[in-house]
Parts: sequence; structure tokens; C-alpha cells
Amino acid sequence: MPNSRPTSPHLGIYRWRVNMLQSTLHRLTGLFLCLGTLLVTWGLIAAASSGEAWNLFAAFSGSWIGLVLLFLWTWSLWFHLCNGIQHLVRDVGWNFGAANRDRTHDPVYWFAGWVIIGVSVVLTVLTWGLLLMHVGGGAA
Amino acid sequence: MNAYPGQEGLRNPLKVARGLGPSRSGVRPWWIQRITAVALLPLSIWFLFLMGGVLHSDYPMVLATIAQPVHAVFLIVFVVCLFWHGALGLEVIIEDYMHTRWLETTLQIALRFGALLGALACVMAVLAVWLTGAAYY
Repeated sequence: MPNSRPTSPHLGIYRWRVNMLQSTLHRLTGLFLCLGTLLVTWGLIAAASSGEAWNLFAAFSGSWIGLVLLFLWTWSLWFHLCNGIQHLVRDVGWNFGAANRDRTHDPVYWFAGWVIIGVSVVLTVLTWGLLLMHVGGGAA
Repeated sequence: MNAYPGQEGLRNPLKVARGLGPSRSGVRPWWIQRITAVALLPLSIWFLFLMGGVLHSDYPMVLATIAQPVHAVFLIVFVVCLFWHGALGLEVIIEDYMHTRWLETTLQIALRFGALLGALACVMAVLAVWLTGAAYY
């Protein structure tokens, strides 16, 4: 069906700002986390099925590809969570509006994006640090 | 040709549109997305640490962990919120990027079946471990 309604201008006309990266990452991490629900489902069904089924799941999770995926899922979760908090805060209306988007008026509005990305990376490293310490402590 | 696309004869376009669009009910998924998001904030952090502990346990220990009533209840709430929130997100992604009508419709239906099936499977699995796992510890 041909659509004669006007389309929005091409993305290229906009000055690049961090919220574009946030928006893209929010979608991509959301999509990736949806794939993660498959792992959650697999794990729970395996646990309900048998010891062998669980061991297969645990073996996959412990393999290098499993660990890489888990690491990426951890970061995706932290980023989506932190960025989601910003969404909720702005949904309430706090720090939101035309005046806030003016860089000279409110630099915090844009700086928040970099803080979110930074915090999500720090929390990911912290999570895996705790996890490895836990494993090391358990083995010792 | 007709100056007003979609308008047939003397019927007002509003008459045709009413009941088809997202008017009135359109904000409901928006709210559910926010409510599940708020619920998932603490639940996903809790789940992260539960996973961290469970992935290095042996099978009986895993069953004992899931079968703890507090864990089991939170797991059920977590997976329901997870699948609901994820389905609402994927719904918008499909709407935005799938421009072939039949493919979009097929994916939207498949998404609903998939999300419902996934959530149901997870809930049943937790219940199965919770209600039969007592023998293991």
C-alpha cells in the first residue's frame, strides 16, 4: 500500500548527541536481553527436568561462548536498567522539556547519558569481580 | 479520484477509524511497560545474584535454591514481568522495522504465542521444582 503521508527528515540532518547512542543501545540491549530469556527458560526447564539436563545447561553456561554471552548479557542488563531509570525519571517529567535540552541552560541533561554508559560498565565489572571473588572464595 | 483516501462515499472517516486505532486502550501497554520496568529493577538485580550463586552449584543445591518459597515466588513474578516487558518491547521493534504487512502480522502473532509459551514454561518449571523439590534437601 503506497503511503503518501510525509515522512520524518533523514537522520543525517541532526547533530550527533549522546541520546542517539542511548536510544540505539536501549533497543539493541533490549533485543539481546529478549534472547537471554531463552537461556532463563532453558535453565529453569533443565532444573525441573533432570540432573543431566541441568549439567548440559551448566556446561554451556560455563563454556567460553556461554561466558562471553553471560558477560554481554550482564552489561546489557545494567545498561538497559540504568537507561530505563532515566526513561522513568523523564516519564515523570523531571529534568525533561525543551528548556532542559538546551545545552547552555542544562548541561546535566546530556551529561546524564555518558554517566549512564559509564555506570553500566562499572557495574558490569563490579558484578563479575564479585562473581569471581565468590568462586575463588568457594574454591579455597 | 477520491480526495480523502480511505473515505468511501459519504461515510465520515472517523466512523471508519473509531474502534480500530489505539484510542483509549492505547495507553494500557505503555503503563504495563512502565509497571513491569519498575518491578524488574529490583527483581533483575536479585536474579543476577541468584544466577551467580546457582551456576556454580551442583544439581541438588540448585533445586534446593529454587525450591525456597521466597526464591520460587520471586522467580515466578520475575519471569512473568520479564516476558511481558520483553514482548511489549519486541512488539514495538516489529512495528518499526517490519514493513511487509503479512510478515509483520505473522511475527506479531508468533511473538504473542512465544512470550506466552515461554512465561508459562518458566512458571511451570519453577512450580515443578518448588512442589517436588522437597525430596532433594
